[in-house]
Order: sequence, then structure tokens, then C-alpha cells
Amino acid sequence: MTYTQLAVVGVVVMVLTDLYVARTRLVTRKAFWVPYAIIVFFQLLTNGVLTGFSIVTYSGDAIVGSSTPVDGPPPFIGDGRIMFAPVEDLLFGFSLILLSIMMWVVLGRRGIQRDPMAGPPRWRDRKARSQAGPAT
Amino acid sequence: MKLAYLGVLVFILLATGWLEVVLRTRVYARWRRLGLTLLLPVAVFVVWDLYAIAAGHWDFDPDQTTGVLLGTLPLEELLFFIVVPIAAILSVEAVRSVKGWSLGDEAPLPHHDRFPS
Repeated sequence: MTYTQLAVVGVVVMVLTDLYVARTRLVTRKAFWVPYAIIVFFQLLTNGVLTGFSIVTYSGDAIVGSSTPVDGPPPFIGDGRIMFAPVEDLLFGFSLILLSIMMWVVLGRRGIQRDPMAGPPRWRDRKARSQAGPAT
Repeated sequence: MKLAYLGVLVFILLATGWLEVVLRTRVYARWRRLGLTLLLPVAVFVVWDLYAIAAGHWDFDPDQTTGVLLGTLPLEELLFFIVVPIAAILSVEAVRSVKGWSLGDEAPLPHHDRFPS
């Protein structure tokens, strides 16, 4: 199979697993999508370095675009690439992240180190103290 | 530079590590849950990577990677499948710390709180 085919299959399998196997239903939650939007920004950045400097190179037989050129960077955008990286990498990254967060949530639901829960942010410490203080 | 790929991984760790302290994500603090979480993603994506390398989907520049191989898998790729999930979980818990949105793994409410009037 090509990278394109595998990447699509990967996303479908992970979404179906999220909805019907693990039943974590992350793809229905803003607690997943808002962090994902932040993650995908940094993915474009870091993957842009990995692919723009040809640290990782791709075969044109496996992706919708062409092979990474031997004598310079691939296109920044176009020819099946976004910020130097094959569009397939976005699907690959989505699958990796969805599976990872799914497992984290599955274990938490089973009570494996559910606590201590995240938060509150440190910048709320002063407010929390002042609210607790003068109440009486 | 042989350390280019490794440098990207270090950047990801630094760019997300402060969340543990400032937003109290408590992801590293729950290292047992974190370790168990990583098992399946690492296994699935190492297999995918090994297949992709064997099929010639992608390749790595020997001048920008350490050259340490685990079979045909560059060490950096294995580390990628550990570092990126950690960064993703830190991001999720950082947003939860600020917003308090439900991920579905919260403790059930005690009975008397379950149907607030």
C-alpha cells in the first residue's frame, strides 16, 4: 500500500476505534479539538524542519506529490505538500495523537492515576487564596 | 549536523515541558499512567514505520541523524513516537487545566451530587 492509502486507513481505523471500540468519543469533544488545533500548528512547524531540511525524505511513489528533490527543499506549499511536508503527514499525525490521547483517557476511566487531575494554572493561585481568605 | 533530528525532539520536549509546571498538567507526575499509555501507540507506529521504511515510502538523511539504528529503525523515530504522544497529552491536560472541559475520564460524582437541583 502507498503512504496515502495507509494514512487514510489509519484515520478511519482510529476514529472508529474512538467511537465504537474504546467509546472515548474524543472526536465529539472540544476538550480534544482545541488542543489538537494547537498541536497541529506545532506539527506544521516541527515537521516543516524535518521535511524542509530533508532530514526525512519521501518517495513520489508513496505520496500524492513528487519525491523529495535531491538538490534542495521540496515545495513549501503545493504538489501535495503543506509547509514542506506531504499532506499525508497530517493524517499520520492525527492518528498518532488520537490513539495516544485515547489510551490516556481509557486508563484514566479505569481509575489508573485518574488523580491528581490537571490544574489549576499557577496564575490562579493568588485569586483562589484571596477568594478563600476574606469570606468569613 | 548529525543531531538535527534529535534537536527537533528536544525542542518538542522543551516547548511542552513548562506546561507541567505552570499549568500543573500533572502528566509527568502520573508517569505510570503515561508509560502504559505509550505502549500501544509506540507498538502500532513502530510497525507502520518499519513497513514504510521497507517499502521505501520514506528515508532518513544519514548526515542529520545519529545513525543509531534499531534494526532498520532510526533511534530518532522510536523517540518521536514517545515524545510526540507526551507533548499531545500535555497539550490536552493544559487546556483542561485552564478550561475544565470534560475528556470523559473524570471520576463519577458522588450520588448526592449527581442530580443537582
